[in-house]
Amino acid sequence: MAHSYTPGLTVTEQTTVRRRRMLSLPGSVLVSGGETVRANQAVARAELPGKVYPLNLANQLGVAPDEIHEYLVKKAGDPVKKDEILAENKPLIKWFKTEILSPITGVVESVSNVTGQVLLREPPRVLELLGYVDGRVVEVIPQQGVVVETDCSLVQGIFGIGGETWGEIVIAVTSPDEVLTPRHLTADMKGKVVVGGSFISSDALARAKEVGVAGLVIGGIHDKDLRALLGYDLGVAITGTEQVGFTLILTEGFGTIPMAGKTFNLLSAHAGQQASISGATQIRAGVIRPEIIIPKGGAAGKQGAVIVLEREGIRIGDQVRIIRDPLFGKIGEVASLPSDLQKIPTESEVRVMEVRFADGSKTMIPRANIELIEGA
Amino acid sequence: MSVPSPSPIEPVITHPLNVIVATDCGSTTTKAILIEKVGGEYRQTYRGEAPTTVEAPFEDVTLGVLNAIAEIEELSGRKILDGDKIITPCRDAKTGVDIYISTSSAGGGLQMMVTGVVQNMTGESAQRAALGAGAIVIDVLASNDGRLPHEKIERIRTMRPDMILMSGGTDGGAVTHVVEMAEYISAAEPRPRFGATYKLPLIYAGNKDAQPQVRKILGEKAALVLTDNIRPVLERENLAPARNKIHDLFLEHVMAQAPGYKKLIEMAGAPIMPTPAAVGVIMETIAKREHLNLIGVDIGGATTDVFSVFEGIFNRTVSANLGMSYSISNVLAEAGLANIMRWVPFTIDEQTLRNRIKNKMIRPTTIPQTLDELQIEHAIAREALRLALIHHKSLATALKGVQQERTISDVFEQQQSGKTLIDMLKLDLIVGSGGILSHAPRRVQAMLMMVDAYEPLGVTRLSVDSIFMMPHLGVLSTINEKAATEVFVRDCMVYLGTCVAPVGQGKDGERCADYAITFPDGRVDKGQLLFGDLRLVPLAGDQKASITIQPAKQVSLGAGAGVSVTREVQGGVVGLLLDGRGRPLQLPTDHAARVASLTKWFNAVDLYPKAGWGQG
Repeated sequence: MAHSYTPGLTVTEQTTVRRRRMLSLPGSVLVSGGETVRANQAVARAELPGKVYPLNLANQLGVAPDEIHEYLVKKAGDPVKKDEILAENKPLIKWFKTEILSPITGVVESVSNVTGQVLLREPPRVLELLGYVDGRVVEVIPQQGVVVETDCSLVQGIFGIGGETWGEIVIAVTSPDEVLTPRHLTADMKGKVVVGGSFISSDALARAKEVGVAGLVIGGIHDKDLRALLGYDLGVAITGTEQVGFTLILTEGFGTIPMAGKTFNLLSAHAGQQASISGATQIRAGVIRPEIIIPKGGAAGKQGAVIVLEREGIRIGDQVRIIRDPLFGKIGEVASLPSDLQKIPTESEVRVMEVRFADGSKTMIPRANIELIEGA
Repeated sequence: MSVPSPSPIEPVITHPLNVIVATDCGSTTTKAILIEKVGGEYRQTYRGEAPTTVEAPFEDVTLGVLNAIAEIEELSGRKILDGDKIITPCRDAKTGVDIYISTSSAGGGLQMMVTGVVQNMTGESAQRAALGAGAIVIDVLASNDGRLPHEKIERIRTMRPDMILMSGGTDGGAVTHVVEMAEYISAAEPRPRFGATYKLPLIYAGNKDAQPQVRKILGEKAALVLTDNIRPVLERENLAPARNKIHDLFLEHVMAQAPGYKKLIEMAGAPIMPTPAAVGVIMETIAKREHLNLIGVDIGGATTDVFSVFEGIFNRTVSANLGMSYSISNVLAEAGLANIMRWVPFTIDEQTLRNRIKNKMIRPTTIPQTLDELQIEHAIAREALRLALIHHKSLATALKGVQQERTISDVFEQQQSGKTLIDMLKLDLIVGSGGILSHAPRRVQAMLMMVDAYEPLGVTRLSVDSIFMMPHLGVLSTINEKAATEVFVRDCMVYLGTCVAPVGQGKDGERCADYAITFPDGRVDKGQLLFGDLRLVPLAGDQKASITIQPAKQVSLGAGAGVSVTREVQGGVVGLLLDGRGRPLQLPTDHAARVASLTKWFNAVDLYPKAGWGQG
C-alpha cells in the first residue's frame, strides 16, 4: 500500500550503520577486511590524473600537422620538465630558430598529426579517502573502496552544508529552544562539534568561524544568513563541498525552530564523545541527508549484524514533526488516521492525520506535511 | 512536419490491447493509470500513485511502480499483481492487464553533454538532437565557444553526464576540429554519473571522414557508437539517426545503471521512454491533428519542459532547474524576490517568504495547507513558467525538428535577426501539464497562472492535462495510437476556455475595447472592456461563441491598431477570459496599489475562496 508521508529522519541511540567509502576513480585499497579503522585514517588511495595542457605545435612552428613529428624533441610518453624544449625547428640561420618550451612539468601524453596538437599532462595528484567513522571494515571492493561498519548513535539532519569532519560533541545551550549567540561560542570549542538550540544568527556564524569549530548542529537558520555565509543563493539542494570553515547541520529547517527534544537529549547524552558528521545533502536523485554519527567505540560491529529499521508506515502514537506552515516545526504524536479524503482550506482534498500536541490539543494535518521522527 | 520517432525499437504486440497499465516514474512520485476499453472506446479509469523508489533505502524503481499499481488494484478491484510480477495478458475480466508500459524521468532524467565545431551550427544541431530525444543538455562545447582548450578539458572532467553526443563538420569537410575535440574528450577521461566501472556512452555523429580517427582516439575510452552525421551538408540536418541512438543507449546503458531499471525494462511491454520525449510526442500529435500553433508546458518538481509547434516546426527545451519542489529555490534565485512578490496578493516579509521557499526545497513533497501558502506557490509557478518560456524563446530561433531543410541564407538571416519562432499572436493553444497546473484546486487558477506567465496576445485557447497523464499517453501512442487518442480526447485534455487579450497599454479605467459576444442561443452580450479589467464570461466546453472586438485606436488584436476583429471562440470549464490588463502586462509598482489590483482581478474570476484574503 502506498503511503503519502515523508519518510522520516532517524534519531536513534543505538543502531549499526555501514558507510561505503568509494574512490571516485579506481585506485588501491589500503586496509583489509575485519580491520579496525579510525575516522581520520586513509582507507584507500587513488591517483587523480593531472591537468592537461594542449599546445598546438603545428601553429607555433608554422608547419603542417603531419610534419610536426620531424620537429619534436620529446615523444609521446616522455617525461618533460617545465621550460624544457618540446620541439624546435632547424633553420639554416640560427636566428630563425624557434624553440617550443614545455609550460609544465609532466609527461607528453599524445601527439596528433591530424591537429598538430600535443597534449601535456601534469603528474597525478594523490587522493586519499579517509575512514570517516571509527569502525570495522566489513567489505573490501577491490580498487574502489571499503564498507566501514560501526555501532553508534545516529542523528539525521534535514539540511547541511560542508563535508565530512569529526570532533568532540559540546552542547552550547541549555535547552533546545535557546538561540545560539556569539557569547555561547568560546575559544575552547575549536575543532569541536557544537550543538545549539533553535537558531543561529549571522554574528554567531561569524564567531563560530573565528573560533574554528569543526561543526555546528542547530535547529534552524534564516535563508538570508545562509546566503551570506555561502556568498550565493543556493538554488538546488545538492551540498557537501562548501568551504565555509565548518560543517553546518540543520535538524529542523529554515527559520527559528526549536530542535526536537529527542535530538537534543540524545546529543546532550553524548557530550564529550567523538562524533563524525557530514553536511552533504542531496534531495534530488538519491536522497542524502546530513548526519551525526557517534560511534560506541570498542564494540564496533562485533556481531556484524546491521539493524535495519523497518518502515511499516505510520501508526497511532508515532512521534511526528509538522513540516509545513502554519504549524511548521511543531512536534506531536499521531492521534488518529482517518482514511477518507478531507477538504483543506486550499480546497484540495487530501489524506490527513490527527496530531496531538504535548498540551493535549489536537489538529488535522495533511499527511504529506508530516515527517516521522524515526528510530528507537 | 516531422513525425516523432520515439524509439527505433518497435514492439511487436500480437494480442488485443483492452486493458493497459501505464506508469510515469517521476523524480518525486510514480504515477500509474489504468486504461480500459469501455463500450468499444478506450477510457482512463483508475489512477494510483506512490513515492518513487530510486533512492535509498529502497534503490529499486520497480517498488514504487508496484506500489502505485497496487493502489489501482485496490481502487478497481482488478487483480494486476502476482507478487512482484504484473499479470499479462488478461486472464479474465478482473485479472491481469494486456500490457504494461512506462516512462521515466527519475534520478534526474537523461543528462547529456554535446559537442560541435561551430557553436551555432553543429553545436546547436547536436543540442536539438539531444533535446528532441528528451535529454537535459548540461553543456554545449564547441571549437569556437570562447573557452580555452584546457578550460574545455577541465569542464569535461568535472561534469558527469549520462552520455555525450559529438558532432562537427560536414561530410567530406575538414576533420581537424572534430578530431581535436575527440582529443580533448579523450584527455579529460569523462566518467558517467551512475556506476564507476562502466564506460561512458558516446555517440559520434559528425563528419564521417573523421570516424576512423575518432574511433582510434575514443574507441578504448568510451562506449563509442558511430552514426550518421547530423549535419551531412551545411544546408541540411539529419537528427533522426542520432536521436534513435540516444534512445537505444538510454535504455541499454543509462537506465540499466539506475537502481531497478533492468527489472523495469523486463516488466514493460514496450521500450521505456524518457518522460519529456513522451510528452513531446503528444504535443506534436495535437498540433498535427488540429493544425495548430501551440505551446505546451510540463512543470514538474525539478524541471520545466516547454514544447512548441509553430508552422509545423517542433521545438523542445528543458529548464533543468526551474521546478516547484526540488528546484523551487532556484526559481527564487533566477526570478528574484520582487518578481515573485508581485503576484502575492497580501503582505509578507521577505525573510518569512525566503524561509518558506527553502523549507519547501528541503521537504519537496509537502503541500500548501493554507490559502496564503497556495497563493505563494502559484506566484512562484507564474515565474517558473515565465522564465522557462523566455528560455524556450531564446533557443527556438535555431531549434528545429528532425529532417528539415535549412538554407544557408536562413542561417544567416536568423543569426542577424535572432528572431524567435514563437509568435504569441499566432499562438492557437496553450497546453499545461504538471502537478501545480493539473492539481490546482480550481481550474481557473491553472488558467490564470498560464495567462499571467505567458501573456498570450489576441485570442488564445488554453487547456490543461486533467490528472497528469500525457507521458503515459505519449508512450501508449507508440504502440496503439487509437487508444492514446481516445483517452487523450475523453479523459486527458481539459479545455479551460479562451483568453482574449488586446495588445496595447492605457491608464486604468480607459477604454481598451468594445466587444459583442454572440452565444450559440443567439443571445448577444455587448460591453466595454476597460484597461485594468479582467472579466470572465461563462461559456461551456462544448459551446462556441462569436466575438467581435473593436479595440481602441492604440490597441490591436493582431489585425492592426484600432482594427475590428471577429473570431469564433471555444468555451471550457472556466470560460471566456477577457483580459483588459494590457500587453505587455504591467503591475503597479506601489505595493498597496498592486495588492489592490491583484485582489480585484482575483475576485473578478473567483480565483480563490474568499476566506483566505489577507492571510499571511
